[in-house]
Amino acid sequence: MKIQGDVDNAIKVLLRGLLEKGTVEAVFALGEIGDAINYLLVSDPAKIDSLRPTLPFMPANAANHLSKITAGGGLTQKIAVVVKPCELRGFAELVKRESGSRENLIFISPVCGGVIDFDTFYTGDSEKELAEYWKAFYAGEIPSNIRPTCAICEHLAPFNADVTVLPTSEGCELFSNTPAGADILAPIKEDIAEGQLDETRFEKIRDARISNREKFFEELKLEDMGIKGLVEAFGKCLGCHGCSRVCPICYCALCAFDSKENEFKPDVFDKQLEKRGGIRIPPNTVFFHLGRITHMSVSCVGCGMCADVCPVDIPVASIFTRAGDAVQKLFEYIPGKDFEEPVPLSTFIEDELTEVED
Amino acid sequence: MEKIYPEEFEPKIIGFLCNWCTYTGADLAGTSRLQYPPSILPIRVMCSSRVDPLYLLTALLRGADGVLVGGCHPGDCHYQKGNYYTRRRFAMMKKILDTFGLESERIRLSWISASEGPRFAEVVTEYTDKIKNLGPNNISNEVFL
Repeated sequence: MKIQGDVDNAIKVLLRGLLEKGTVEAVFALGEIGDAINYLLVSDPAKIDSLRPTLPFMPANAANHLSKITAGGGLTQKIAVVVKPCELRGFAELVKRESGSRENLIFISPVCGGVIDFDTFYTGDSEKELAEYWKAFYAGEIPSNIRPTCAICEHLAPFNADVTVLPTSEGCELFSNTPAGADILAPIKEDIAEGQLDETRFEKIRDARISNREKFFEELKLEDMGIKGLVEAFGKCLGCHGCSRVCPICYCALCAFDSKENEFKPDVFDKQLEKRGGIRIPPNTVFFHLGRITHMSVSCVGCGMCADVCPVDIPVASIFTRAGDAVQKLFEYIPGKDFEEPVPLSTFIEDELTEVED
Repeated sequence: MEKIYPEEFEPKIIGFLCNWCTYTGADLAGTSRLQYPPSILPIRVMCSSRVDPLYLLTALLRGADGVLVGGCHPGDCHYQKGNYYTRRRFAMMKKILDTFGLESERIRLSWISASEGPRFAEVVTEYTDKIKNLGPNNISNEVFL
């Protein structure tokens, strides 16, 4: 289906129609509260005006919100959810960890050009940045004002979306991928484009991102870090744990790193002082970050939330994405690609990985 | 006090040994009076899959020169499949250490059954030699981690 005009308005027309016809009871999408952008859950068609469903901005990875809304049993009301591909992937990872349910959710997801980072969006002229962003996206280029991890993300198109939205310079095109998707597009059926989304239409951006990715990882030079490099890289860390708070994969209700178990007790301070002659306060910073990598790297979707919230600008997203890439390649796993495929660490093949045994 | 003998580097290896196989194998090595270096500090766990990757990290970051994870041979796990999970997690751990240029040789996964006392002694001897060649863990010299 082709809708002329602004892509946001086009999706809003669709969402309003869904609410008015009762196809869904509520809509979950980005919206405005004054100058601030947040996720909103809306059931009144009149409130649709506050929404900015396809805004290239991510105040939080929606996977976290969806998990909180749906954990402990699916919803009884049908909700249309407009989220970005990596948010949908993050949610799939949470559902696999029994921290959410996709029951009664209908996913509408756009082909994503990346998201504008917090600083640029809130401190700069956001309308100007948005105009620049869309201009670059329609020209098949990588916008210059997006998160660094977005510029190297190869998954522009959503997995598991019921409806995929392709923003175009004339408006947008909608593709239904599932029966549920076809259902919500049914009232406007005569306009729906036949067939599947042709991925070659954004191949240029994807190819540029893939070649960026290789270069970006190479320039990070994590292999040369060693313990000295890690101490330096995380030297500025305040220990706020914001990166884990916003991470769509960090789902533990009781985080191991917030528990007393991993805190230094007086005798450990004594012992470490005796051994090393000095200690950083707060201690255990490298442990926290490496430890978090052992927990989330296998499912890291590379959304870049962690780096965007870091108050001291540690490039955590770049580091985590690179580690995630290495671990995911080891298990040939694309996080969030499939709701059914088990997380690599919760499954096994009897005859594998013998090279790590001695 | 003056040292009479030149000090040789004696590695400190933390061993996470599964209760049903490797720990029992270590007992057998002891009761059979087999000789092996005193470098290993065994910690008994009920299953090798009980070993959280954070344990390995803690050991390495607090200055252990090596970490040995010992479990039952694949297919022989007391809990049917625990050691298969261990292997996946261990492979991930090695990959992460490699990614950051940390020495992944400092962690080792070995399957040693309850009847393999001689193999336990052999593994500890061999691993101790390997760690001796690698030298002390440089993380223990790093102060402000």
